[in-house]
Amino acid sequence: MLLAVLARIRSLAARAAVLFLVLAGLWALWEGYRKLWESTGWTRPFPVDSTTMPHLHDIVGALFDPLREGEPLLARYMLDAALFTAKEAAVGFAIGATIGFLLGALIARFGVLQRGVMPYVVASQTIPILAIAPIVVVGLGNVSIAGWTPTDWMRVAVIAAYLTFFPVTVNTVRGLRSADPAAVELMESYAASEWSVFWKLRVPAALPYLFSAFKVAATASVVGAVIGELPSSIQSGLGGWIINFNQYYVLEPENLWAVNLVAAALGISFFLVVVLVEKLVVHRPPEQLV
Amino acid sequence: MSDSVVSAKGISKTFGKGGVTALQDIDLEVGRGEFVSLIGPSGCGKSTLLRVIGDLVEPSAGEILVNGKTAHRARLDRDYGIVFQAAVLYDWRTVAKNISLPLELVGWGRAQRSERVAEMLKLVELDGFERHYPWQLSGGMQQRVSIARALSFSPALLLMDEPFGALDEMTRERLNDELLRIWTETGSTVIFVTHSIAEAVYLSTRVVVMSPRPGRITSVIPIDLPQPRTVETREDPRYFELVTEVREALHANGGER
Repeated sequence: MLLAVLARIRSLAARAAVLFLVLAGLWALWEGYRKLWESTGWTRPFPVDSTTMPHLHDIVGALFDPLREGEPLLARYMLDAALFTAKEAAVGFAIGATIGFLLGALIARFGVLQRGVMPYVVASQTIPILAIAPIVVVGLGNVSIAGWTPTDWMRVAVIAAYLTFFPVTVNTVRGLRSADPAAVELMESYAASEWSVFWKLRVPAALPYLFSAFKVAATASVVGAVIGELPSSIQSGLGGWIINFNQYYVLEPENLWAVNLVAAALGISFFLVVVLVEKLVVHRPPEQLV
Repeated sequence: MSDSVVSAKGISKTFGKGGVTALQDIDLEVGRGEFVSLIGPSGCGKSTLLRVIGDLVEPSAGEILVNGKTAHRARLDRDYGIVFQAAVLYDWRTVAKNISLPLELVGWGRAQRSERVAEMLKLVELDGFERHYPWQLSGGMQQRVSIARALSFSPALLLMDEPFGALDEMTRERLNDELLRIWTETGSTVIFVTHSIAEAVYLSTRVVVMSPRPGRITSVIPIDLPQPRTVETREDPRYFELVTEVREALHANGGER
């Protein structure tokens, strides 16, 4: 018991040490690069100064400075913005994952759809999201269903869903078809219904594929949400702040870098949630899990 | 023959258009409680015959009755328990959940299921492993789970397709004894595909010898060794005679040596 606890503490300590070393390494890389370029005066690929590459401590420090005298810290605004964007991304992820799964299940079941539908699914992803976002976000703003119009964040969630569904569809098709033929034969020998084969064999067999897709989709949904905020200049999310700080980049470059850090942190936490759920839901030999 | 579990007449199976004849004109009767082995070189159609009996492959010609019904009806009535060479356990289910899979499909209640799973675990001597996942078990243990799963809903007929083919000799002999014990305890009828002569003779009440191109039955050898079979059986002179008889029957067909 005690040994197990000690072993656990040791492995946690080891992980913390690795995390610390990686962060320290990244810091050293950034600051070292800066120092080298500044001292030699190199200008390729770009000249280095506090505008192009602010000090890391200045970037983190910006989070804990008030934007203007007497106002709350930037971190406070960032938290609110991150939560707003997280809501868009999470709802978009849920919608996209559901649609992606249903579409994938239909394609896996009805082979005809593979040729009929898949090209359009692929085409949908080759159009730059920046070109679609305004059409969707602004367009949906003019839609009214019995007097109800989707609010800002709902329209942005549609963009997040748009980026989410594709990897889920592709992996659902592969995953549902990955069931061992002998296992399918076994189900046949039990005279199992197609519905039972689907839920008791095909879906569980597809779970590792689905979670691979969810990991890609989780981060993509955050990117989708941020981009979705840009065209109709929705101010409450991270996208709004990015546009804002972009305009003042020459004056306060740290602020834009700080939002980027927050956006990255949001994407990482989405990813980690998926990893956590996967650990709880997917039981596989350790060597089959990534 | 009211007490025959399997009654096959004139079964033929051709794969593809004018392609390979996997089975030709097979007649086979299997009585209740029998243990019949199908033996023959690769390509003799023994696995195909097993699948035809289990309604997993449709015969091109001939008639097959299982418990007096069509094989298709028998499958819908869940008369078959099947064990493949690979254990085909579901990685995402515990041992107990794997065994209860057919029971779920049949529609048993939770309490009934867990009671039966406990019985089955005892039968294959895996009590205490119910919460393990398949990949935490050895190959032999996995195959025992697979047998427990096949027997869990008390099917009329147990179809086994080289179930111990992938196991080492020691494990194989131990599982042979275990299978015989289970067969005696449950009184099930078994059709067993193998390419091991020793295994076929040791286990069976009858050995059906098949030959390839086209797949057909060339001889049927009753195994009159006393029951129950034990370590002594493997040293019985009669056992060696029968092994020789089966071997000669196999070679007489000009099968692969």
